[in-house]
Amino acid sequence: MNDYSKRSYIIILVFVLVALVFLIRLFRLQVLDSTYKQYATNNVLREVVQYPARGLIYDRNGELLVYNKTAYDLLITPREVKAFDTTLFCNLLDITREDLEAGIDKAKKYSKYKPSILVKQISPENYAVLQEQLYKFVGFHTQTRTLREYSAPAAAHALGYVGEVTQNDINKDAYYKSGDYIGVSGIEKTYEAQLRGTKGVKKNLVDVHNRIQGSYLGGSEDIPAQIGNNLTTTLDIDLQLYAEKLFKNKKGAVVAIEPSSGEVLALVSAPVYDPGLLVGRVRGANYSMLESDSLLRPLFNRALLAKYPPGSTFKTINALIGLQEQAITTNTMFTCYGKGSSPIRCTHDHGTINVVGAISGSCNPFMWNTFRSIIGRSKTSAEGFNKWRHYLLDFGLGTTLSEDFANSLKGDLPTVDYYNRIYGKGHWNALTVRSLAIGQGELGATPLQMANVAAIVANRGYYYEPHIVKAIEGDTIRSSFKTKHGVEIDAKYFEPIIEGMSRVVKGAYLIPGLEYCGKTGTIQNNHGIDHGAFEAFAPKDNPEIAIFVYVENSKWGASYAAPIAGLLIEKYLNDTIATNRQYVEKLMLNANLLDPNKIVIEDDSEE
Amino acid sequence: MIQRNNIWSNIDWITVLLYLVLVFMGWFNIYAAVYDTDHQSIFDISQRYGKQLLWIGAGVALAIIIMSIETNFYVFFSYAIYGVMVSLLLLVLLIANEVNGARSWLEIGGFKLQPSEFAKFATALALARYMSTFDFKLKNFKSLAIMALIIFTPAALILLQNDTGSALVYFSFVLVLFREGLSGLVLFLGTLVATLFILALILSKLTLILVLLGAAALIYLILNPKFSQYFKILVFFATGILLSFLLNAILGKKYELGDIIIFGSILGSLVTLVYSLIKKFKNYAIISLFFLGSVLFSISVDYTFNNILESHHQVRIKELLGLESNPYGAGYHVNQSKIAIGSGGMWGKGYLNGTQTKFNFVPEQSTDFIFCTVGEEWGFAGTFVVIALFVFFLSRLVWLAERQRSVFSRIYGYSVAIILFFHFVVNIGMTIGIMPVIGIPLPFFSYGGSSLWSFTILLFIFIRLDASRLENFRDSRNT
Repeated sequence: MNDYSKRSYIIILVFVLVALVFLIRLFRLQVLDSTYKQYATNNVLREVVQYPARGLIYDRNGELLVYNKTAYDLLITPREVKAFDTTLFCNLLDITREDLEAGIDKAKKYSKYKPSILVKQISPENYAVLQEQLYKFVGFHTQTRTLREYSAPAAAHALGYVGEVTQNDINKDAYYKSGDYIGVSGIEKTYEAQLRGTKGVKKNLVDVHNRIQGSYLGGSEDIPAQIGNNLTTTLDIDLQLYAEKLFKNKKGAVVAIEPSSGEVLALVSAPVYDPGLLVGRVRGANYSMLESDSLLRPLFNRALLAKYPPGSTFKTINALIGLQEQAITTNTMFTCYGKGSSPIRCTHDHGTINVVGAISGSCNPFMWNTFRSIIGRSKTSAEGFNKWRHYLLDFGLGTTLSEDFANSLKGDLPTVDYYNRIYGKGHWNALTVRSLAIGQGELGATPLQMANVAAIVANRGYYYEPHIVKAIEGDTIRSSFKTKHGVEIDAKYFEPIIEGMSRVVKGAYLIPGLEYCGKTGTIQNNHGIDHGAFEAFAPKDNPEIAIFVYVENSKWGASYAAPIAGLLIEKYLNDTIATNRQYVEKLMLNANLLDPNKIVIEDDSEE
Repeated sequence: MIQRNNIWSNIDWITVLLYLVLVFMGWFNIYAAVYDTDHQSIFDISQRYGKQLLWIGAGVALAIIIMSIETNFYVFFSYAIYGVMVSLLLLVLLIANEVNGARSWLEIGGFKLQPSEFAKFATALALARYMSTFDFKLKNFKSLAIMALIIFTPAALILLQNDTGSALVYFSFVLVLFREGLSGLVLFLGTLVATLFILALILSKLTLILVLLGAAALIYLILNPKFSQYFKILVFFATGILLSFLLNAILGKKYELGDIIIFGSILGSLVTLVYSLIKKFKNYAIISLFFLGSVLFSISVDYTFNNILESHHQVRIKELLGLESNPYGAGYHVNQSKIAIGSGGMWGKGYLNGTQTKFNFVPEQSTDFIFCTVGEEWGFAGTFVVIALFVFFLSRLVWLAERQRSVFSRIYGYSVAIILFFHFVVNIGMTIGIMPVIGIPLPFFSYGGSSLWSFTILLFIFIRLDASRLENFRDSRNT
């Protein structure tokens, strides 16, 4: 002991004070401040998105149409990349050195710490080779994606395609993140919510070098991806394929509907393209190629978006309105003077005929007289026109007929206001708008709408909303698909029309053992050869198929549209083409309406 | 001879037990820090925890050997041991390869040792020996000079090895000297210098001089509340500052406000100093001197900081004071360390469940930053226990030192306590961000044979000395 032994207390006091400072600091760090816990989680948690497979798509008979194939994305985490053999890398992935450098720059710009996609959609074949060599490339890893695969190169427009989300999609729905896929058109778009499934997430623990060390909390917080719902379309793939085959080298559209349900059996827009073209890494190039074809416009879905004047196929509606409005009766006779008729000429001299003859002969003067009579029954032309127009709306013209298509048009159905603007109020009458009587002028209807008109006639006065999806796994289809829509025309008025339509089918169009009904249409084309159309349903009694065929530049409705419709009906109902009709099939298959020099038009018609 | 037989029963088993507790806690935490599922056996000697167990075994053997040696041996050979260690430090400087920028490892047949670790106990022995001689007087210049030589020779050599952290340890001996009678003024001065250093870095010149002026004004008033004299001093300072402004105006207004006031204050304090010397006001003279010294020191800090300190030290100090922040650069270590400790919460994530240390986010997690593993896996409860254990352990050592009859043993005991305390303060302070990043280990916890053995030797020599405190061994200043 010496004089300074008391200083030992000071020293111990210093120990205690320092310890107190430490404990206060530790208490703040560990207990009071929770931000460090968040930082710690951020340090070690890497969430890996688990992409679900899209739902499969089947045809009405259970035939698989669309399924998935695996593809792989190669991701890069710039900070982790170590020097690697770029030549080998580029060869393995089939990319150029410039692609690689640009890709790495882009990734670095996005984030040095987070992975981003360097090469998209590597095929399983390339992946197999790449995977063996991947250990040589530090900082790269792959993720599994699924791409669409088609069992038949058909129904591209109806099915639509899948593409990467746009910024707009991301803004609209927070579910989507950059690089996700989304249905861009067709069924893929309309049923995106059901088909896409739900992304999952796998939470991994990573070390400071971003190497995965295991799953977070033993995987208890992982959310597995839920695969999309499978979907059955109303399409009959055999009919669809056959229609596409018949439309080889032709422009136009086919819509076939089952009248008793509104189910769309076939939906063709020609020229067609292989839906497989818009899948995977080739999608961009193929899309540009298809889009740049301004002559054939293969991406344009004519079945839903082309507003064709219905032409003479419209005469069925006009006659029905006349009968219902008592503008004509089955006994009403009008006289046709052929080319000398006024104000609308006719192709044939029909003589004096009733409504049945007018339909079967496609008589223009009869329709004009009917139309004038319908309009004339009201006090003013506008009032009469509105009455007539109301029936058209009833038939689904000028309306969005169905909600089941991602993109479809209402068509053109002029209004009173429209004519008032052009001619002035009170300065127009039936004569002014007479072209409407024969389905031309300002009328524009999509093939879908006209096929539905065929279904209404087939049903003798009602229809179901045309739709393309029959069933969704784990979900129900829209109830509106099962709602019957009646038109305000009595069933009895359909009989003379159907009788007229059944008389249209004769000669080369006859299918052995099958009675069916049709109506041709020829639509004036000021830019080239006229367009042909055919509206039909079969069999005459208890119809199973209603169809509308539109063939651009085919001169007469009878030349191509009618035979093609006949072949489709025969195929659908009989499954085979009768031997004595195979020459028709051959003729249709071989016809090339795209090359004007090769077009052979038989000048045969009763229009 | 009777006492010699008694030494095993005279051992302070509490200290030995504390040592073992700390060492094994360290071992378990090293296992947690480097744990991975591929190597699960805690005895796997290819891993650090396996090796640490070997070092612990060797440490215990060393302790037994130390306990078996006569106490007189340590007294007799203290200078010799010191000599050998200094020579080793020199040798290291000449032959060692650089590791992490420092030249501090000695390789003997694949075996690596860090002589700087062992120099600590050697210096403590030599210091104890020298300070316990008859002719040693703390107030004697020659004594002080030799003492300083003993302390700072190894420090200088270690500094030359580029191991700043280990060199700083030697400054802690000042606390030992304090116990032996060094004026408290030295500690006060030390604290003042440190405070001024930090203030000079944090505050602007103007703020700093205003703070100093305010402090001076307050202290003058406290020491002599007689207003007439106090008023005179105020006038001196005011005149000095006014003069300074005038001078600046005459020279053409090119100085900053802070510089003008500093110059004026220096003038004022000089006048005050002369005045108080003439009037023989001792207190005022001292305050004036302190004030003058503080001002001059403060304005030299910038220069010292920018020109004498190395850039990585500058950055670490700035980072610590919050003058710069770069969580991915110089601040990375501390930031990750705080994240690891902070994420532990009250009760920790549980043994082996720490993610920050296990996945290498914390650098040096088994050596200098081993405390992070404690913080992350055991939470505040764990850190509290470790700190409490250390404080108890260190206080116990001070208590043991105080009960020594021999000055040699007492000084050595204090040296042990203070060296361990310094490591404790700097290491834990560093991991929680209140000390700059100075790479020194946490005694008994950190991975590493050299540090574990050096702390073992350091401690057990004292336990040995304490065990035979009742013996009459050769000591010139027994009291």
